[in-house]
Formats: sequence, C-alpha cells, structure tokens
Amino acid sequence: MDQNVENHGRLEKLEGIGCSRKRREDPRFIQGKGNYVDDIKLPGMLFAVMVRSPYAHAKIKSIDTSKAKAYPGVHAVLTADDLKPLKLHWMPTLAGDVQAVLADGYVSFQNQEVAFVVADDRYVAADAAELVEVDYEELPAVVDPFKALLPDAPVIRPDLDGKSVGAHGARKHHNHIFNWQIGDKDKTDRAFTDAEVTVKQDMHYPRVHPCPLETCGSLASYDAIRGDLTVWITSQAPHVVRTVVGLLSSIPESKIRIISPDIGGGFGNKVGVYPGYVCSIVASIVLGRPVKWIESRSENLTTTAFARDYWMTGELAADRNGKIKALRVNVTADHGAFDACADPTKWPAGMFHVCTGSYDIPNAHVSVDGVYTNKFPGGVAYRCSFRVTEAVYLVERMIDVLAQKLNIDKAEIRKRNFIKYEQFPYLTPLGLEFDSGNYLPALEKVLEAVDYTALRAEQAQKRADPNCPTLMGIGITTFTEIVGAGPSKSCDILGIGMFDSCEIRVHPDGSAIARMGTISQGQGHQTTYAQIIASESGIAASQIAVEEGDTSTAPYGLGTYGSRSTPVAGAAVARASRKIREKARKIAAHLLEVAPDDLEFDLDQFKVKGDPSKAKTMKEIAWAAYNNVPEGMEMGLEAVDYYDPPNFTFPFGAYLCVVDVNKKTGETKVRRFYALDDCGTRINPMIIEGQIHGGLTEGFAVAMGQELPYDEQGNVLGGTLMDYFLPTSVETPHWETDFTVTPSPHHPIGAKGVAESPHVGSIPCFSSAMVDAFAHLGTTHFNMPYNSYRVWQHAQSLGL
Amino acid sequence: MSKKTIVSFKLNGTATDVMVEPRELLIHTLREKLSITGPHIGCETSHCGTCTVDLDGISVKSCTVLTVQCEGAEMLTIEGFAKGGVLHPLQEAFTQEHGLQCGYCTPGMITRAYRLLQENPSPTEEEIRFWMAGNLCRCTGYQNIVKAIQYAAAKMRGESVTSSHPLMAEISA
Amino acid sequence: MIPRSFEYHAPTALPEVIALLGQYGDEAKLLAGGHSLLPMMKLRFAGPGHLIDLRKVAELKGISVVGSELHIGAMTTENELIFSKLVAEKLPLLVEVARQIADPQVRYKGTIGGDISHGDPGNDHPAVMMAMDATFVLVSATGERLVKATEFFHGMYDTALTPGEVMTQIRIPVPPAGTGSSYAKLKRKTGDYATAAAAVVVQVQNGVCSAARIALTNVGPTALFATDAAASLVGKPIDDAAIVQAAKLAMAICEPVADLRGDEAYKTAMAGQMVERALRSAVSHVK
Repeated sequence: MDQNVENHGRLEKLEGIGCSRKRREDPRFIQGKGNYVDDIKLPGMLFAVMVRSPYAHAKIKSIDTSKAKAYPGVHAVLTADDLKPLKLHWMPTLAGDVQAVLADGYVSFQNQEVAFVVADDRYVAADAAELVEVDYEELPAVVDPFKALLPDAPVIRPDLDGKSVGAHGARKHHNHIFNWQIGDKDKTDRAFTDAEVTVKQDMHYPRVHPCPLETCGSLASYDAIRGDLTVWITSQAPHVVRTVVGLLSSIPESKIRIISPDIGGGFGNKVGVYPGYVCSIVASIVLGRPVKWIESRSENLTTTAFARDYWMTGELAADRNGKIKALRVNVTADHGAFDACADPTKWPAGMFHVCTGSYDIPNAHVSVDGVYTNKFPGGVAYRCSFRVTEAVYLVERMIDVLAQKLNIDKAEIRKRNFIKYEQFPYLTPLGLEFDSGNYLPALEKVLEAVDYTALRAEQAQKRADPNCPTLMGIGITTFTEIVGAGPSKSCDILGIGMFDSCEIRVHPDGSAIARMGTISQGQGHQTTYAQIIASESGIAASQIAVEEGDTSTAPYGLGTYGSRSTPVAGAAVARASRKIREKARKIAAHLLEVAPDDLEFDLDQFKVKGDPSKAKTMKEIAWAAYNNVPEGMEMGLEAVDYYDPPNFTFPFGAYLCVVDVNKKTGETKVRRFYALDDCGTRINPMIIEGQIHGGLTEGFAVAMGQELPYDEQGNVLGGTLMDYFLPTSVETPHWETDFTVTPSPHHPIGAKGVAESPHVGSIPCFSSAMVDAFAHLGTTHFNMPYNSYRVWQHAQSLGL
Repeated sequence: MSKKTIVSFKLNGTATDVMVEPRELLIHTLREKLSITGPHIGCETSHCGTCTVDLDGISVKSCTVLTVQCEGAEMLTIEGFAKGGVLHPLQEAFTQEHGLQCGYCTPGMITRAYRLLQENPSPTEEEIRFWMAGNLCRCTGYQNIVKAIQYAAAKMRGESVTSSHPLMAEISA
Repeated sequence: MIPRSFEYHAPTALPEVIALLGQYGDEAKLLAGGHSLLPMMKLRFAGPGHLIDLRKVAELKGISVVGSELHIGAMTTENELIFSKLVAEKLPLLVEVARQIADPQVRYKGTIGGDISHGDPGNDHPAVMMAMDATFVLVSATGERLVKATEFFHGMYDTALTPGEVMTQIRIPVPPAGTGSSYAKLKRKTGDYATAAAAVVVQVQNGVCSAARIALTNVGPTALFATDAAASLVGKPIDDAAIVQAAKLAMAICEPVADLRGDEAYKTAMAGQMVERALRSAVSHVK
C-alpha cells in the first residue's frame, strides 16, 4: 500500500491535532441531556432568592424579616446580622478589596444583595421575598468616576474611612482605589516634546456585560455528619472557588468539593465569587439541606460582574512619515462600588500594558486610576484576557487617528510601524516579550482577499456623490493579543500561581482518561484535549475520556478564562502525553529487546529504526504496562504535569470591515467582515472557526449595541434582554474567516489560543469602520455603541 | 396560594398528568416536576427562546405559557426527538455542522428548527435567519446553525448530505 | 419572575366570558396570547385575582370575507395572519406588519385583538388599523357595538373598551384597485418595540394620489392618526417633494417619550423617516 495512503488512514483513525474532529460533547447537548447547575435536583433541596436594594446609595435603617419568615414554606431569611457571627457578611475580592455578601448597614449600588430568602420552591421564595421590609434612607449617588473624585463627592465606601493605602498602593481620595503606572514616563514625555507630530484622543469603552445564556447559580449541599461540603456552581475556575470557600468558611479544602458541571457560556461572567454563591453555602450549612440559588436575567445583567467602563485618553508622538515614537495613555477606570476586578494580583489593570500593540513603539507610559462609583462591581475580562480588549481598542483607535492626521492610508501606516518578523522575540517598552508574530503577510493577505483598492475607489466615488443615501466606512485592525496567563513570576490569583495541570491514566486496554484543571463552557475541551493527547501519545482520540470541573478528581488548575486553556492547560496536556510516550518507549524497548534510543515513534506505535517490521502499538504497550515492564520500573502508565508557562502567548490577526451607514436614520449594515487569525498551531479547524464566529458576533454586539447606562440617581438602565443587545440571527452579519500559522516558539505544540481574538480584534475594527464612514467630514472618533440613535446624533452634529 | 388542579397532556407521546397551581409556568412544570430539563431558562421575559417547546404544532416559549393552558395538548421537547437510539436529522446536523458550543440554547434551537422545517421544508438562508430569530445563541454567531438547518432540511428531503467541516481538510500525510 | 397567585378560568363561549367579567370586575384580566400580560405578572407589575383565558372561545377565531370587508377574529395570531392566503391576497399590509412584530414564537401566541386592546402605543397593529380604517366589534352584557380604529385609542393603555367588554372581531375594508400600502418600522433588533414606525395606505389613479391614510407607532401616548400629512398628498403625484412634505407634517404631531431608543428629537425625526420609507414602498406596491 502507498505509504501516504496508509499514514492518512492511521491519522484519520487517530483524530489528532489538525483534524476537524466532531465534538464529543454534542451527543448530550443535542438530546437535552446536558447537566447544568439548575438541572440538578437533590432530595430535600430548597430554593433561594435574593432581596435587593432598589436604591443605588442608601443607609439601611432596619430590616424586618418577620413576615417573610412566617410565610408558609419559608425556612430561613438571612441578613448581614445572621452572617456576622460567622464573619461571612463580607468577603475578599480577587482584587484585594472586600465586598459585602449581604449589605452591612448601607447599600452602594442598585440591586445590591440585602437579604436571602430560602423556601420550599421558587414560587414560595418569590412570594416571601416581597414580604421582607427594608427601611432605607436614600443618599446621593454618584455614577460618574470623574465626579466621584471631586472633593465633596459622596463617600461610597464608609468601611474604608481613613484607609489611605489600598491593595495597590496609595489612595488619593475617599473614592480612589489605586493608581498604577508602567513604562518610562520621562523618556516618553521627552519623545512627545521632540515629536514632529502628536495626536490625542479621548474615548470611552462603555460598561457592558458578558451575558452568557445561562445565568449564574449554585447548589450547595452540606453533610453535617461527614462534614463535607459539595457545591455545584457556574464557575470558570472551580479550584479557585474551593480555595476561596476554604478561606471564608475555615472548612479544609479536603472537605470541600466544587463541581462545575456543564456551563451555559461564561465569557468572563463566571470567574468571580458572588454573594449568592456564599449565601447558598451558608444556608445549606445552617439548615442542613441542599440550597439552590439561580439568578434571574436582570440580576445577572445588573449585579454579577460588568466588563470595561474605561475612560481612556491616548496620545501618539510620531514623525511626518507616520513612524510612531511614543505612546502615552491615561485611564480612569470605573470599578463600581467594590473592587472585584478579576486580574492577576500584581496587575490591577490586568495586561493593559499590551497596549503598544503590533507596532514597534520605542517609548510608552501608561497610568491607570481605579475609582469607586455607585454601580455594581466587576471589571471582568469579557471574552478577552484581563483588560486586553481595552488595550487593543486604545492602540488600534490611536493609529487610525494618527493616520488621519497625516493623511496616510490606515493599512499603510500599520505597515510602516509593524514589529518586523525578524525582531521577534520582541521586548515592548512596557516590559512584555512578544514571542512571535508575522504581521505584514497577514495584513496583505486580507487586503488582497477583499480587493482593498477597489473598496477605497468605491468609497471615494460615494463620497463624491451628494445624493448617495449612505456613508461607506472601511475598518482595519491588525491586533496582537496577550493570552495564556500566565507565568507564576508575574501572575497569581490569591497568591496561587497561574499554572495549569493535566493528569492522564492509560488503562490496560489502551484507552485513557485525562483530567484537567480547566473547565469548558462551550470551547469543546473534551474534543480538543483528546486530539493533543492522540498526536502526542498515539492513543486514538476516540479512546480518550476527558474530564474537568470536579475538584475532587481533577488536579488543581486555575480554570478557563483569558484564552488560557490551550496555552497553559493544553501545554500540560502535551507534556503529560509526552511523559506517557517516554515511559511507553521504555516498555516497548523492553518488549522488543532493543535500546529505547533504537526506537522511533510513528503515530501510534514504536518502530525499531531500520527494521519497521518490528514494532509495538500503544495498545500493546498499555497492556504490557500492567504485566511486563522493565526491571525496576513502576507498573502502570500514568502521568501528571503542572505547567507554569515561561511566557504568555501572543495570537494576532488582521481584520477588515465594510459598513454602510444610512445618513438619515443612523442604521448601519455590516456589508462585509473578513477576519484573518493566527493562533499558531491549529488543533481543530472546525472548532477554531466556531470560536471565531462566536467572538466576532460578541464583538459586533458590543460595538453596535451593548451598554449598561445609569441615570443620575444610580438606576441601572437596560438590564433586560429587551434593551441589552444580544443580536439574533437576523442582525448578525455573515463572517468570512481566514488564517495564517505562526507557531508559538515556547509552547510545546506551538498553539496560542484563539477564542478571544475575534472579540478583541473586531470591536476596534467596527469602530474603525464607523469612524471611517464619517472621516472625510473630520471625525476622528466617536464612542460606542453604534446603535442607530447614537450614529444619527453623530451625523446630526456634522450637519448631515 | 390558589387551589391546585390536575392537568393532562401528551408529552413526547406519553400521557402525562401533573398537579399545578394556576400560576405555574410550563417551563417549571417540565423541569421541576417532569424531569424534562432539556428546555432551559435564559431570560424569563420571552426573549431568548431557550425554553422553546412544540405545543400543538406551534413553537412556544414555555416561560410564558401557563401549565393549566396545556390541558389536552400534544407537546414535543428535545427529549422526544431521537427515536429508538437514532438521532433526528436536526440532531445529527447540529453536530456535523458544529451548530452548538455551550449547548444551552441547543434544545430550544432544535425544537424551533423542527417546526420551521415542518412549515417550510426548503428554507433559504434568509428565511432560516428570519424564522429562527426567536432563539438567541451567544456562542456560535448563528452561521453554523443556519448550515445545520440546511443540512437537516436536505436530509429530511432525502438528499445526500456531508459536513462542511471534513475531518482531514487541513491534514496532509 | 414568578406571578402572584390567581384563579384561572377557561370559558368555551363568549357569553361565559362576559359573565365572568361581570362576576369578577376589576379583579379579572383577559388572557389572549399572554405575551404582554404574563411578563407583567411575572414582574409583579400586574396581579389580577382572576385570569380569563380566551383560547377556547371559538367565536373569537377565524378569518373570512364578508361583503367588502375582511372579518378577523380577535384571537387570530400573528402567524395565522402571516400564513393566511386570504390575508395575503386581500390585505398584504397586515402580513407586512405581522412579520415585523416580536419573534416567531411570540407571533404564534400573540393575537391581533390582544395587540390592539392592550392600548400600548408601542404595539404595531393600532397604527395599521387606523391606516386601514378598521372597525372593532366590542361585545358586552348589553350587546354589541362597533368602534372605528380612529376613535378607539384614548391614551396610554386607555381605550374605548369599557369594563365588562370584550373585543371579538376586527373588520377591515378590502382596499380597491389602485391601492398601495406599507408599514415601515425602525427597531433596534428583532423583538423590540418600534423606535418609530409608520403605516400608510395610498390610492393612486392616473399617477395622482386620490386618497391617503397615515398613522404612526410609538411616538405619542397612542398610535397617532396623521390627517394633515395624509391630506397633503391628495390631488397630486406622490413624488419626492410630496413625500418629504407629508413626513414633515407627520413629524409635527409627534410627542414621543425619551428612552434608551432615543430622545424626542430622534424619535420624531425617525417618524418622519418611516413615513417617507413607507410612502415610497406603498407607491411601489400600488396595484
């Protein structure tokens, strides 16, 4: 038989890296047998709802729970006073602050948690929640971070009175959280002084919410006799939850089992630990019965973790040819009432310092101020790594602004500033080492695919025609992401390094089980991890079971967010597989009576070099591992790997978007969106494409409609799916995808992570296109979201 | 609390009786009392469509239907699609075309698509997008859902079908 | 998101409905498709003690041609309108508007009578009913009366319906040859209420507009009947100048409320834009 045909057949059977393997998760989901938190029912289970504050800022004068407690079917009504003896009325946040579990004398955002009603079922709980009587004294609220820093601004956090130092250094005002700076300020300022050209642009990245289709929830079950606590929870990081619960409750982690079952989308919303989770645990301990808490959609949109809300000012210094000399950024970050950002401990603005982007910028300085306001806490990474969407937005917008000022084409100015292929690894002025990249070919491939020249010609023609009812805009982004947090020297959560892990056991029949510290929320880990193991160990993917999400069986891991599963856990998977393979080599050598070095690995077997007729398959080796191993070797075929990455990975892409804007109504049609992504080695092209479609759609939603605005009284507006924009199949554009492959040099299989690039990269691309539609009229920027109302207002301001 | 009543209907072909308060919503009866957890709750304001079930030949959002309104009804949920271990063409199609990721919208999506294909066995992409707009998906961007419905439609018309994601497309031996 | 307790009634004939309404008065609410009422009840903004479900009342269903009118039962759903060959042939505007309401599932449940009777200025049928010169049949213990669409809407959630009265049927004259119609709706996404919308019906003979009716959605406490705008079209060709002039006159009667969809200025401007869009489309539909 032709060797290629035979190899092809074996590769097909292996379903390893590069195959569009159909998902192993699907059979349960397509038959309604997924198992999400709210699907789980335990004997004696109770249901709880949260009573929340209607005010954004108020003193609580009294809470009367007597009527609610007397309502038939009610088992408990918890308030802060009930949690105080357990010291659980406050909890630590991931950002070094504290957050009220239940309001302790005052509320500081609308819908803040005030009381927790536990009843027989959700009907009784809803009835009883109405009977909890809370007497509030309303206080003036502040929802604007700039106003919050005025000298006479209301004090949002009386519990911090007199604390002039927070978790990230000095606080300069009673509503100030931190100032964080990075880069060489003096050199950057000098570059601006000496520059031939400078540009400056203010921009707001509005407060948005990840809004997964499944809301957050938990089911806690405490067994008083065994002293075991089991919690089913919508968490992207179950091990971290276990550590937090251990810290809070003083129950040893060995007695706590956190299970993230199937999760109906996360997108960053399910990284944090929320008051409802804590209350369900306390209620279960107090009542000795399982207690379930599931938030409503409005609770989800208005209490559990917003994203963004960054007020950014960017400045670029350049020469007349558009070569950038320096970047300066000042950010006022609205963190809401409690600093509950999900960021690595040392970095209160996450990885915002990736903001020099794909460009060779010699000098940069960034300053970020975190501010309290009477808004709900959060600051999560919505389908991105920590604050990376904000950073990429900033630099991609700024390079457009510079191009406009110098009258240089947006594609051309990028080409003039790209970090060149031969400059990698590239040390940025803000201290990050970009491991790899190849930006120019990616952009050129996109420009050619869409016939950029023709698009610009069409645009020029339309601009020249006063009767043209639409404005045509062309957007470009050439972004670099930073994902795969991260090296423990710079990244930790609550002091735990951001490694990840994999454990593989090969059974005597040659099948295997692998367990990971991550947890899929739709990414298809069960499918793709098995592909890595297949390629690395020679065990067919169909023979590999992948388990995640149960802290009692999985090795410790930091979870799935920030596109870290492939860069970090994926590396652990590859390395654990290689450990299996190396042990298998020794067993094979023993069986074939040759030295291990005399063997070569060939897809699914070890062959004797020079005599391929002598070979042992992985299946044969697995059997031997349990009965016939070399002298002195332990039986069994297992491996564990804890992977602390040496660096982040840096996926990149080049996107192009064409919009047509109705001058008279502001309606915008996305005519074309072409997305080229480079995520290094491609594990499953089908899943990659799916992740990109999803990320682009979420980016479209953010750019074109998502926003959680507040009125002056601190009422959150738009907290239902009537107002909060989740595009349907009608609104969602058609996506075109493409790719290049630039493997990561430090990742065991060269993979970089992909799911977040399309979100990070598309949002500035939409902005680039929308601004471009008005650029000939002098517009350099206007803020998202580009709903027709806002676009019309902008058109009106230009006299259209 | 109002007096409970017994409601009888046919659920996935099986005669079913439940005792409910008049205010009980169909989605809660299905999920809490009848172990039908395929349909999910995503918004409770009849926007998201995750709770979609087929009720007397129409697609409904079961968060906005009272169980007492279902007396005598014929109901189909995702649990009733596969027959004798054989997947419905829509179920096969969603896997073959990668029309799902987290899986949360999938039961409602497939149930809705089923009714669409009963009414229009050969829908265009535009028709699919228009008639599927009552079901939100946060993961897929809908493009592969559209393909999945086209795949299923073709299969149900008796045409031959293949996945647009060939296993080995990017592999060379 | 759980409604308060209530008693449920499912009468099978109209007299029973009337009797129940008489018996429970203010305590009772009629349940049609339920997609306005049930969400309000789940939010506990509404808490009727008695819910009277109309789904079994046969008299409220059906579409038929009677003389020069189409008679549509109040419990006819939006999708039944969309799928009806009779409606498509006689009143294409009704199909056009129904397709722009809510989403597929909601359209299977939502009814034309519920949409009209609710008195919500954000609902789409009221303006269309005005533009089509519809008449509503209202039945109570004292008998039946007919009310014109243009006389029916009194204010926000306030209509000509009196306590104890039920809308049973919608009667719409089938337009003569030479009529064109359209409904143009600006919305943020599928399932949203209109930021602004316009229903227009025009008759054109020998290139000249012989009659016109225009009504607007969600730019006032009720749907607004734009008489001046319509009158301005009559007697001349519906050209660009006439269309722009009609839109301006329609904008003059708008009194929208600002919300996340836009401020007063935007909604008023969009009402004008939708009038223009609907007129252009209606003219192209004349047959």
